Amino acid sequence: MPEGLRVGYFPGCTLKTDARDFESSALAVAGALGIEVAELGRWNCCGTVYSLDAVNLMPRLASVHNLIRAEEEGFSEIMTLCSMCYNTLKRTNNLFTSKNNGLAAINDFLCLKPGYSGRVKIYHFLEFLREKIKPEQVKDLVVRPLDSLAVAPYYGCLLLRPKEMAIDDPEKPEILTPFLSALGAKVIDFPLNNECCGAYQTAMHPEAVARRACRIISSAQSEGADMIAVSCPLCHYNLSALQGMVRSTHPGLKAMPIVYFTEIMAQAMELDYKTEVEAIPRDAEPGREAVK
Amino acid sequence: MKIILGNSHPQSLFAQKIEALSGQKLFACYQCGKCSSGCPMAESMDLLPNRVIREAQLNNGPVLMSCRAVWFCSSCFACSVRCPKGIDIARIMEAVRTLQMMDGKPITEQPSCEDTGTLPQIALVSHFRKFNV
Repeated sequence: MPEGLRVGYFPGCTLKTDARDFESSALAVAGALGIEVAELGRWNCCGTVYSLDAVNLMPRLASVHNLIRAEEEGFSEIMTLCSMCYNTLKRTNNLFTSKNNGLAAINDFLCLKPGYSGRVKIYHFLEFLREKIKPEQVKDLVVRPLDSLAVAPYYGCLLLRPKEMAIDDPEKPEILTPFLSALGAKVIDFPLNNECCGAYQTAMHPEAVARRACRIISSAQSEGADMIAVSCPLCHYNLSALQGMVRSTHPGLKAMPIVYFTEIMAQAMELDYKTEVEAIPRDAEPGREAVK
Repeated sequence: MKIILGNSHPQSLFAQKIEALSGQKLFACYQCGKCSSGCPMAESMDLLPNRVIREAQLNNGPVLMSCRAVWFCSSCFACSVRCPKGIDIARIMEAVRTLQMMDGKPITEQPSCEDTGTLPQIALVSHFRKFNV
């Protein structure tokens, strides 16, 4: 087990409420792998969406405050679990390192001396695992192999796009494959694994998002998946909570369990973490009971 | 498709505003349609993404100021990574949305109170951040 793996942790809003299962399972997995995860002492909203306005720097300030605090607390690397937090913080950070940067304007606006350096590195937990942990280390910790399970990893948008943010190939992502294989699961590749779930449109246009969910779930099912593993609380909500709406228009669609990738890791390692869901039921047909 | 030409120079006002707000070169687009063919929200849009760009190139303000398509864009960047001319189309959609909001039109409806009880914060906060000035 590697010694001294320490990383700062930026949770974000949803990890402390609707996605507590994600946080607790991820922290349990990190602990088992010898990663010391230190939550930032102070943090605020990541900014949620990266503003695409080329002119106005104001929407970046929420992210900048978090980056400044990470640097002040002595972290050179911070990690997020939520894909949106990852994307927003990293894109803002890139603003400081790119040629036409907003560094001077933002540091001036916030009256910062010496100002934020732009040197904090932002990881998503998946990227952190790939760079620091070998799949064999995960395999060594597996107590209950997932031999009978076909798991379809779903990546969504914000870990893969735009290109400079991508933790993997934007059109053919496979970053989860070695880790799921290490758990003994059969990994299902399906063509819509990098398609948008509809994201925040769920607040205003849930019917449009339900159509997305339907297509994504059907695609995974037709490739033989027992469950879909996600890495973002919003994807999780859209694919799981809207399944009732999907079934009202597509009654033939079978229920598809949606789990965070860390949940199945934690359960395969039989780690103790707080959850209300048994992602992998012991006695039932694999995965069928895990729909929230 | 039906195209109405504006009577001003193509590269004037409206197109310039969009280029300034988005930081993208509108006139690099040669209408291959790759953005629209891969857009996950296309079926909900009244104008497809390539058509939004075309109308902007033609300086057709009235059409763009009333188009609903930009409110269905979920900024997934599928179009942006696939554009053969390297145009970040999501930024152009955002620029049109911004111009509509600056124009003061009550375009965005608010999620209802019943909905907000079940939505996770991430959905609500990102919705408000994206769709309000």
